[in-house]
Amino acid sequence: MSRKELVVSALENGTVLDHIPAENVYKALRILNLEGIENQITIGINLNSRQHGRKGIIKIADKFFADDELNKLALLAPEATVNVIKDFKVVEKKKVVMPEEVVGIAKCMNPKCVTNHQPIKTRFTVKAKGNDISLLCHYCEKISDTKGVF
Amino acid sequence: MSRKSLISIGDFTKEEILHVLETAKEFEQNRVQNFLEGKVIASLFFEPSTRTRLSFETAINRLGAKVIGFSDASNTSQSKGETLKDTIKMVSNYVDMIVMRHPLEGSSRYASEEASVPVVNAGDGANQHPSQTLLDLYSILQTQGTLEGLTINMVGDLKYGRTTHSLLQAMSHFHPKFIFTAPEELKMPKEYKEFLDSKGIEYIETTSLDDYLNECDILYMTRVQQERFTDPMEYERVKDVYRLEASMLNNVRDNMKILHPLPRVTEIDQDVDDTPYAYYFKQAENGLYVRMAIISYLLGYR
Repeated sequence: MSRKELVVSALENGTVLDHIPAENVYKALRILNLEGIENQITIGINLNSRQHGRKGIIKIADKFFADDELNKLALLAPEATVNVIKDFKVVEKKKVVMPEEVVGIAKCMNPKCVTNHQPIKTRFTVKAKGNDISLLCHYCEKISDTKGVF
Repeated sequence: MSRKSLISIGDFTKEEILHVLETAKEFEQNRVQNFLEGKVIASLFFEPSTRTRLSFETAINRLGAKVIGFSDASNTSQSKGETLKDTIKMVSNYVDMIVMRHPLEGSSRYASEEASVPVVNAGDGANQHPSQTLLDLYSILQTQGTLEGLTINMVGDLKYGRTTHSLLQAMSHFHPKFIFTAPEELKMPKEYKEFLDSKGIEYIETTSLDDYLNECDILYMTRVQQERFTDPMEYERVKDVYRLEASMLNNVRDNMKILHPLPRVTEIDQDVDDTPYAYYFKQAENGLYVRMAIISYLLGYR
């Protein structure tokens, strides 16, 4: 293994988000507000995974998340695992938990919903049946699936 | 003073529903009430309506309160680009309650979060219209003597028709059975069927009006509403899909009553009006008593 590869892979301090469905990596960056931050971020897409076929991975240097922030990731990656790295060691390994409510990040799919016409923060109740996740709009009471709304 | 709003029929518990129906009965027996004298209620209709607006405004007057408001948003500051939030904040400083109809879905829920007074949803797009639901329940109770264990056949536009959505939610307290009669394009949406599944309530879907006409206690007819369609071709395909005529009613149950939120167009022939099964005009009258009851309850007077 070349030295250059090692530099990219090893994280001294920070968070590794693993087992993200490959197609949702960019959305995951958005939902966690990682676009435009100055930390060093390494992303891997279409990596081989024994469990999931092709997976994505995101490594963020010097960044640690609050649990409710991380749990938003469950909407895109219900199986995601979070590794907290300190001093090159995994000090904590956890699974994301599906949040009960999503505020301000998803967009309602109903074109006639008031949130698409007035400056209103969206609010959804999360309905999860296994890996099938849908969002019930607090305002128009319609169900959106998670594919179109992030 | 109570600060409760009525936005979605789900905001009321079974007990609250029954309480409002009981109060409505009291007002039907004596429609001259004046206990809201000195109150002012805003009637904000951002979208046109005849029946709902007139019956709310009559209810307000019969309770002794005064009405302010508008019946067309085009001559308000909304047309200058004022946000709904600003309009609601401003109006709630003037009045004791807001009755509101708006074409955007969820607008009433949003208004109730911004208002400092109770808000009554008089229809938010294709979403909810809870006072219609309560008057439907009142009409069912008056004609059947009970709300328990009835078979309700909903006919027509079950996709965009908000009255059917709210009615099925409200009836779910009372162990009903549903028949959904609708063309493929206008079938009952998935979320409502899932709701019934979660409550263990039985329903049958059909495209033919003849199929279950003789097996229901309530025939709930609806109009295919042109204004709810985004695709004009879809409307043309389904607009005249059902037409109920007196000759079709020979073998229906004796207690069967036909309800319709009105206005009707072609879905109920005029010859049905003279049969003992027609109840839709009385149903519309019931709206007055039920709206009086809703207002009284939300303001903490009944």
